[in-house]
Amino acid sequence: MTVGAWEAFFLVIHRELCLSFRRPEQLFQPLVFFLIVTTLFPLGLSLQLSALRDIAPGVLWVAALLSSLLSLDSLFKSDADDGTLEQLALSGQGLTLIVVAKTCAHWLVTGLALVIVSPVVATALGIPTSAFATMMLSLALGTLTLSWLGAIGAGLTIGLRRGNVLLSLIVLPLATPLLIFGAAATDRAISEASTAGAVYFLAALCVFTCTLAPWAATAALRITLE
Amino acid sequence: MSNALDGLKVDKVHVWRGDRHVLQGVSIEVHPRDLLHVSGPNGTGKTTLLRVMSGLLRPEQGSVSWRGQSIVTQRTEYQAALAYAAHEPALKGDLTALENLHFSVGLKRRTTAAELRAALDRAGVAACAELPARVLSAGQRRRVSLARVLAMRASVWLLDEPYANLDAAGSEMVSELLQAHVAEGGLALVVAHRDLALRCPVRRLELNS
Repeated sequence: MTVGAWEAFFLVIHRELCLSFRRPEQLFQPLVFFLIVTTLFPLGLSLQLSALRDIAPGVLWVAALLSSLLSLDSLFKSDADDGTLEQLALSGQGLTLIVVAKTCAHWLVTGLALVIVSPVVATALGIPTSAFATMMLSLALGTLTLSWLGAIGAGLTIGLRRGNVLLSLIVLPLATPLLIFGAAATDRAISEASTAGAVYFLAALCVFTCTLAPWAATAALRITLE
Repeated sequence: MSNALDGLKVDKVHVWRGDRHVLQGVSIEVHPRDLLHVSGPNGTGKTTLLRVMSGLLRPEQGSVSWRGQSIVTQRTEYQAALAYAAHEPALKGDLTALENLHFSVGLKRRTTAAELRAALDRAGVAACAELPARVLSAGQRRRVSLARVLAMRASVWLLDEPYANLDAAGSEMVSELLQAHVAEGGLALVVAHRDLALRCPVRRLELNS
């Protein structure tokens, strides 16, 4: 009996989550990095809480982008190294579906996890609780977009020995709009101004990458598989 | 002889790897109940041929067709009927043998744990079902990858060095599995350096540089 696309999608997500939870150090590495980087800023700058609040959105977003980037390298690489990527590519489910499922699972264990711990960091940085909802929404959109951008970069660089360096060079410039509008949304939420423009822009970017990146990442993977 | 449309046909395939012309106009036909043994010195393109036939690698010239149609135009149907075992066993070290089978075979067809255990049993690694693949020996990993081929219930088997890392009993098991597969109407293409001592007829393709 053949397997439907949704069934296959959830099976790949289940597989990825199983693999992530079997390696907790890989799971927690981006989170710990996020927490440490955001904690170092107040320690290093010795600022008053009001001054800290001014730089908090930028600190939060730079740390979130860098910690998401940490785990992007392993998105396809470990599967390519042990040959399981070939098995996935020949599973009869279409490589695009596999790419979508793997990227969604990657976001669940890195992006969503960052969103969940972000209120802790935000409290430490003096961001008022009234800004938490906007901050978490913008972080969710931003990290999801970054996972998609990263999937393209990871697909292109799996065959390279020091692919993670190139991956950062490919992804970080593309992530600049996320940083600008994400930090702007959080900043405006802190000063209780309208955040709609920045959040809508992040949502548009997210929809744009969700729509096109799976095809681009699949094409990149096909080139590498050959 | 079976109908030509039933089988797998490779037609004048050319593949270059950089400046090297690895496959130079290879043409073969494998019909149901056929077993083709591909041999030849290292670097003559045996694995490349297997990858071309699996659809992982697109040839620069020539085509691969299955049941009379190009495998590119019927990728889903062809992959559903295909079991490909590469030289690496393609197992996730952190997953158990059973989970490895569940997550790869489960994408192809609906299976039950009992079916997967039966496949592991036939491959002689039933006792390893609950062990993480990273603690298995190279031979046991090879057997788990063969159990995956069995559990896929595919009609087309493409096996790259299935005898590698196996002891005498394991080699005998592979031969038995191949014979049973061919007897049931399947077709198999096996890349191996050793001679295949099988009771069924074996066609041979020797690739030379």
